[in-house]
Amino acid sequence: MTTLGTATVAPVLKLVGIHKKFGGVVAVNRFDLEVRPGEIVALVGDNGAGKSTLVKIISGLYQPSDGEIWLNGEQVNFRDASDARKQGVEVVYQDLALVPDQPVYMNMFLGRELTKGPLKTLDRKRMAKHTQELVDTLEVRIPSAKATLSDLSGGQRQGVAICRATHWASGLVLMDEPTAALGVAETAKVEALIAKLRDRGAAVLLVSHNMDQVFRLADRVAVLRRGQQVAVKPLADTTHNELVAMITGLAS
Amino acid sequence: MSPTIAAENPGMLARVKRVNWSNYVVYIGFVVVFLFFAITQTQYFLTGTNLFNIVIQAAPITVMAIGVVFVLSTGEIDLSIGSVVALSALTAAVVLQTTDLWWLAALAGLASGAVIGLVNGVFVTWVRLPSFLVTLATMGLVAGLARQLTELQSVPVTDKVFVFLFGGGNLLGVPIMIWWTAVAVLVGWHLLRQRRYGAHVLAVGDNASAARVSGIRVNRVRLMVFVGSAMTAALAGLLYAGRLQGARYTLGESDLMTVIAAVIVGGTSMFGGKGAVIGALIGSLLMSMINNGLILAGLNVSQQMIVRGIIILVAVSFSLRGKKSS
Repeated sequence: MTTLGTATVAPVLKLVGIHKKFGGVVAVNRFDLEVRPGEIVALVGDNGAGKSTLVKIISGLYQPSDGEIWLNGEQVNFRDASDARKQGVEVVYQDLALVPDQPVYMNMFLGRELTKGPLKTLDRKRMAKHTQELVDTLEVRIPSAKATLSDLSGGQRQGVAICRATHWASGLVLMDEPTAALGVAETAKVEALIAKLRDRGAAVLLVSHNMDQVFRLADRVAVLRRGQQVAVKPLADTTHNELVAMITGLAS
Repeated sequence: MSPTIAAENPGMLARVKRVNWSNYVVYIGFVVVFLFFAITQTQYFLTGTNLFNIVIQAAPITVMAIGVVFVLSTGEIDLSIGSVVALSALTAAVVLQTTDLWWLAALAGLASGAVIGLVNGVFVTWVRLPSFLVTLATMGLVAGLARQLTELQSVPVTDKVFVFLFGGGNLLGVPIMIWWTAVAVLVGWHLLRQRRYGAHVLAVGDNASAARVSGIRVNRVRLMVFVGSAMTAALAGLLYAGRLQGARYTLGESDLMTVIAAVIVGGTSMFGGKGAVIGALIGSLLMSMINNGLILAGLNVSQQMIVRGIIILVAVSFSLRGKKSS
């Protein structure tokens, strides 16, 4: 659960001098970033800028060649993605990392199912109850925690994915283009949910291609261009044109 | 989020209806076929002995079907089960002949299945070949092994304990075959419905990459379903050897189609993510009943094969119709 109150001043995620080389090619060069509780930081950049390399480093799929990752004030090393998950980094993927033929509650607890008794049988009742409480708290409107996922709309499903990430994250929720596969109305709902997470004190790192979305949602933005960190600044201090200019490297 | 759930799910009611329909096909089919034979074959079909026979005859098919439910649920297929039946039966019979130890014979038969299952699983997970190709190859390989083992000779099984346990035994007034059926169904149902393992099997078949990022060890799950499937086939081999009091390389030859048909008619998806153990039991009983009825109707073996093929085709198309689109 995200129990990060506003009293916590330390950043949830701190990246110091993150550097990643593939052979002789530098994919990310000395990247620094802090994400604090109750804050949405957007990560933007053109294709090939190093965004997805950075996302994979934070989610544990790649190990950085150099640099430090700090989570909740402690320096961490992720061996792989499930190690990162264990240490409290949750990822929301654009392509819905969910199982459609299972009920919502099984998706919520996928890979971490609750069991009961000496035979360790699945505790479906308890999973459904927790799930219902969670979707109610976050006001994600679904027919029931017991509904089969494939009976939900794309927006509802992404809502479930975000609920799951929020439920299990002890630190950071990393969102990799969470609305890329959604229509306009559904995108609005998912954005409202992300904003709600921020208001509840979660730290969100949002990767997005959608500039309007970045301006609607994020508090600060980090710009990558060809592996270089171009800027980290509050969105209040920048404009649409300036942001595009930083991403493309062309003067506006 | 807006509260317009109804508007977001216009097709939900229709979808629920369709899913229910295809889930119950096996029960409807069972009743229809039962009534058909009951009316057309009044003399023998409805006798207690005959109905008992149907269940007993279905035992090896049911046991295999439980293993195959798990394989199909992960979105894989196992074509080698029929050959494993013969290999296991012959291995057990040969060990029994040389050692006279019924338990060693049974273990050897099961072990032969476990080895083939491991081979299938390793080639699917490590070498990353499609299970269709891997098990197509091992189907031939294992059939060859079974032929080689006794150079096409049949091996008699006379050990009393073995024949009791895997053939004609009777426990508390219930034939041992029905006990094996019950054990296989209960264990299969428990594993699939009540254990984390079953949830992981279904998740892997539903969306393997989602399972992977959720921390499920996808390859281990896949390996296990192949070991399980081959071991249920090996147990079926023991049941044949015990019932027929002998083993021959032809055992299990025609079972692959019957088992897969029973499982699919029972409501397990060929594309992964949906598995039905009780459905597979009913599907196996249905297949056994069709077999029984056709024999009673006086059809010869060739005619039986033709009619069975047609019935399976019809049954499978009914049970798959609603599933492909969902």
